[in-house]
Amino acid sequence: MAEPHVETTAHADHEHMPHGWRRWVFATNHKDIGTMYLIASCVMFFIGGAAAMVIRAELFKPGMQLVDPGVFNSLTTLHGLIMIFGAIMPAWVGLANWMIPLQIGAPDMALPRLNNLSFWILPFAFSLLIATFFVPGSAPAGGWTMYPPLTLQFGDSFPMLIFAIHLMGISSILGAINVIVTIMNMRAPGMTLLRMPLFVWTWLITAFLLIAVMPVLAGAVTMMLTDHFFGTSFFNAAGGGDPVMFQHIFWFFGHPEVYIMILPAFGVISEIIPTFSRKPLFGYEAMVYATASIAFLSFIVWAHHMFTVGLPVSAQLFFMFSTMLIAVPTGVKVFNWAATMWKGSLSFEPPMLFAVAFLFLFSIGGFSGLMLALVPADYQYHGTYFVVAHFHYVLVTGAAFAIMGAVYYWLPKWSGRMYDMALAKWHFWLSTIFVNVLFFPQHFLGLAGMPRRTPDYAVQFTDWNQVSSIGGFAFGLSQLLLPYIVWKCVRSGKRVEGNKAWEGAHGLEWELPSPPPFHSWTVPPSEALIARGAEH
Amino acid sequence: MHRARLGILGVTLALLAAAAGMPAAHAESGWSLINMPRGVTNVSRQIYGLHMMAFWVCVGIAVVVFGVMIWSLVFHRRSRGAVADVTMVHNTKVEIIWTAIPVIILVCMAVPAARILVRINNNSHAQLNIRVTGFQWGWQYQYVGTPVSFISKLGYRSDQARELDSGINPDSVPHYLLTVDHPLVVPTGTKIRLLVTSVDVIHSWWVPDFGVKKDAIPGFINEVSFTVDPNKPGTYRGQCTELCGRDHAYMPVVVHAVSPAEFSAWLKQQEAQQKQGVNLSAQQASVQPPVTQPTG
Repeated sequence: MAEPHVETTAHADHEHMPHGWRRWVFATNHKDIGTMYLIASCVMFFIGGAAAMVIRAELFKPGMQLVDPGVFNSLTTLHGLIMIFGAIMPAWVGLANWMIPLQIGAPDMALPRLNNLSFWILPFAFSLLIATFFVPGSAPAGGWTMYPPLTLQFGDSFPMLIFAIHLMGISSILGAINVIVTIMNMRAPGMTLLRMPLFVWTWLITAFLLIAVMPVLAGAVTMMLTDHFFGTSFFNAAGGGDPVMFQHIFWFFGHPEVYIMILPAFGVISEIIPTFSRKPLFGYEAMVYATASIAFLSFIVWAHHMFTVGLPVSAQLFFMFSTMLIAVPTGVKVFNWAATMWKGSLSFEPPMLFAVAFLFLFSIGGFSGLMLALVPADYQYHGTYFVVAHFHYVLVTGAAFAIMGAVYYWLPKWSGRMYDMALAKWHFWLSTIFVNVLFFPQHFLGLAGMPRRTPDYAVQFTDWNQVSSIGGFAFGLSQLLLPYIVWKCVRSGKRVEGNKAWEGAHGLEWELPSPPPFHSWTVPPSEALIARGAEH
Repeated sequence: MHRARLGILGVTLALLAAAAGMPAAHAESGWSLINMPRGVTNVSRQIYGLHMMAFWVCVGIAVVVFGVMIWSLVFHRRSRGAVADVTMVHNTKVEIIWTAIPVIILVCMAVPAARILVRINNNSHAQLNIRVTGFQWGWQYQYVGTPVSFISKLGYRSDQARELDSGINPDSVPHYLLTVDHPLVVPTGTKIRLLVTSVDVIHSWWVPDFGVKKDAIPGFINEVSFTVDPNKPGTYRGQCTELCGRDHAYMPVVVHAVSPAEFSAWLKQQEAQQKQGVNLSAQQASVQPPVTQPTG
């Protein structure tokens, strides 16, 4: 029923579509910008991954074999910043660009030129950040958390770091504004808020988090900048300042930031699991409210990153209780996903495989998170590899797995072609097995007493470090399959018949042809289509 | 497809076997190091108990939740002819139950955690006060009320071996990275309060066996206290746990816990030495922080 109008729009599109480099540099089309975001994210994923490979290689044996300890610290710092701001966040913005207009029945994003700007800031931001490796002194080596006074000790790279952070922040805020305006104003008639797909919902909430906290980060790093260059003493104890205040401000940004990276993942999982269970999502409204509660709670738990800085006992109690509360809405989500699979008719195509792995492995990250919330126990876990294991379970097998699942889920829609299913399953199994070989032993290392961010360790930690490194190399190598699979699919994949790539798929994006026309919904979808997509 | 999965399994097993075979050279095996030490203080034992309680609660939840999911994965798959029950979209009663049960479990964990937290943060009635000052990269220890004060830095042999391409096998260095020139000496069975601070960047003083980790922050004096079990004298080792620059990995903490009698003897001897100005004169000059004022 969508066929006839699509043919006419496809014809009209042809006239408006710019060609050659102009199509990309002057891009205002949500799909082109989404594609650029995803490619940029993939490039940064491999740059950040290369840093991780050097880290794991140095940690393969006790003693120093490859790099200077200062360089090692720069690598961990840049690995963190690149993966968070360069790989995970742009991937989500790319997916938002691609999918939100398709899913809400809009022709494009609301603010296309802003969209162009928010993408094209990123290459500059990351060139600046990576260029810190080549300036006198050293690249930033104070950790991605940039705690002063340590971070104030770095030379020429310091202002470059601050400026890069500012640019990333501006890009994120512009992207978030665009998402909110699009969702609020561009929904097709009949697409009420509680009919929106969960990916749209989670992104709407994420966008509010971004707008709330990116300026806080910008403020924190600007205060550090003035401490460094203009003689202020915000964080300088010798001048009456307070180094702990930076941590409070940073984590007031940093904790919501964690949810910025994971909420869209919840959205994606809530799309994939119903599709391959051939069953509507269980408890749609509960999912929406749980997402909103998690977002709210994310603002009142920040000091759980700081239990060893010497907070008053009452503050430690408050942050312990508020942190534990997060387990309730997160639990509701996991139970809803489990209930969606219950009595379903499950099949295990690559997106579903990644979603199921997400359920198990993200939950493991949740369990260690619950343990970390208990302040007395945190005294032992804090600053060790236990924490490293925890947040990599949440961010790699959580956020990154959800991104990969999303790519495998929507790639046939984007390209109109199906990818090599067997190869994608190889990618999945290698990733899932080796990510556990990589990160699970880090729980042991941390509990046994190995501090994080160290280039060298006592010899009794050798065994599990070697296992972890082997897992790391294998996991890193298997990721090369992802761009190859995508490239092969786009070039020579088998064409997808019809609008739906997956038999159980629901939602407006599956009512458009594959690939969708250049301008998505030039005519709003009918109420009937919307209702059919929103059966939950 | 099936063959692909078998292939992956084979590759994985081969790599794991390789990993298992490789580190056979070490004197003591690290494979058994998978849990937090129970430790030797009142603090560490309570933390260990809480940690194990939380661990088993998580295991219990995992068994139930993963069990349900695995059941679906096995029995509700289309290849077994499962037909989806598309009417199952919402059930208020079930949803209330699975919101309430986690709340109850959380309360059961929060209560003991809060109790232990309050108990181990009681720093009153300490019998011995020691000032611990972090610097890039080492620790200064000052016994409050005595002239005894010294600097504790990475042991010489570790320091030699840890250089890039030193040619020294870390395995040949006893307690590689976990030895110092002058360890902290404390009496067992005595409540000890540490006053922790820093002169440059943030450090963190950690001894896993004591269950004590406290950040050393310039401009702040943090308190933390513990009592080593009377029957557990010995040498206890830890490390700095807050990234503090290039040599963060090379400022270990080593503590000798000795009987109170031995401790008084040691302290007297140190005081005498300090008075004579021998041995410790260099360190007595108190920590002069390396100049850390950033230069543009």
